[in-house]
Amino acid sequence: MSAFEFAAPTRLGPALDLLSSCAESGRRTQILAGGTDVIVQMRTSDREPRLLLDVKRLPETRQLSIGSEDIFVGAAIPSAELNENPRLASLLPGLMESADLIGSTQIQGRASIGGNLCNASPAGDTIPALIANSAQCEIAGARGTRQVAAADFVVGVGKSCLKRDELLLGFRVKRPSKGFGDAYLRFIPRTEMDIAVAGVAVSMELDEAGVCRDSRIAIGAVAERCLLVRRAGERLIGTSVEDSDLGKAGAECSASARPISDKRGTAEYRRKIIAVLCRRAGRIAHGRALASLEGAEI
Amino acid sequence: MSRLHVTTSVNGVAHEVLCDPGQTLLELLRDELGLIGTKEGCGTGDCGACTVTLDDRLVCSCLVLAPEAEGRRIGTIEGVAGPEGLHVVQRKFLELAALQCGVCTPGLIVAAKSLLERIPDPDESTIRYWLAGNLCRCTGYDKVVRAVQAAALEMNPSEDRVFCQASTRSQEPRQ
Repeated sequence: MSAFEFAAPTRLGPALDLLSSCAESGRRTQILAGGTDVIVQMRTSDREPRLLLDVKRLPETRQLSIGSEDIFVGAAIPSAELNENPRLASLLPGLMESADLIGSTQIQGRASIGGNLCNASPAGDTIPALIANSAQCEIAGARGTRQVAAADFVVGVGKSCLKRDELLLGFRVKRPSKGFGDAYLRFIPRTEMDIAVAGVAVSMELDEAGVCRDSRIAIGAVAERCLLVRRAGERLIGTSVEDSDLGKAGAECSASARPISDKRGTAEYRRKIIAVLCRRAGRIAHGRALASLEGAEI
Repeated sequence: MSRLHVTTSVNGVAHEVLCDPGQTLLELLRDELGLIGTKEGCGTGDCGACTVTLDDRLVCSCLVLAPEAEGRRIGTIEGVAGPEGLHVVQRKFLELAALQCGVCTPGLIVAAKSLLERIPDPDESTIRYWLAGNLCRCTGYDKVVRAVQAAALEMNPSEDRVFCQASTRSQEPRQ
């Protein structure tokens, strides 16, 4: 195990300098947040020497701010900490339930949404929820910070858009207004602690009359990465979100899925249940949006 | 490769140790500090046998790197009993025979104690969800759940007991 090096900078500048100098000298680095994927890889599939850069002591990655316009969630905040925040759970219930589905109490004490995104698994549960909420990822690098939409952050199986001298600080979402609801549902063969066979996140916004004025739907575990299904959301816009509308959105999800067959399920099965999950998640998001319309300002 | 100097507090006692950058907290506890109450099961965060608290939050010590412990507070099974004797959770595990081979027990007790510190009167479903990351191949979990309920009752006696559930965990089976 002595093939590794470790650094835990407390300021962003030195962290980025370290990444840049490693990138220039060809030294391999890996960013460490909660470690629930990285440390398993270190001990099993990938023992190659590298510098582990722990980003949890950077204030930027631990920052959580709920502003009047938007919400910023630091990349390295453990999901247990996020789930204990009642304001966050009431503002973004779908995103928070996607994080709450991942792992045991112990895993949630470490695992972060930023880490789930950077691990770039096709089945990462928080990724569809980030995409459905139009999250913008804030990336820091030697040349400054840049923003990338969550839908474009993952580029392939285990691959993100991060360059070797960059790190993810966190993500920003618009603070939901009245009439907003989101939801995430996945299918697993058991009730807890498994990897999604398929997953769907739905967000929607209703106007005062209950008509859907915006909706975004994203699917997970049915392609090489999580996908935004723009046409599925469009099927709901302008409707009062009847079962038939959700059925059309589900059909768009099936049409956009390009699943593989593996031990978790066949491609045919995944394509079928993604539509079912879309209808159900859409119904939950709709219920939340209606409750938000009727309730007090959030 | 150079060893790293780590200063950490384990069960309230300050320790200074040298560790390898790739060593885990579990290895630090067992091999460097001789605290062998924490067990290694799977080594990949699935079984919970190595459960400890890190700044009062439950983690799998096999999924924490030793240098990450710098300046942090670690709590292990060795710190659960007080000078006056066993902790209620430990006593109830013994009284109600909530263990057989015992490999999962340190992790289960650390996790159960942490649950009761956060939620003093959890209902059965909350207990089962909270402990879902602690695998036990002997007991079938039923006696474990009874022991945690008995410990909760003794720690927080109440006439009209209302078992509450954790706020974020759904009671419905997950899809």
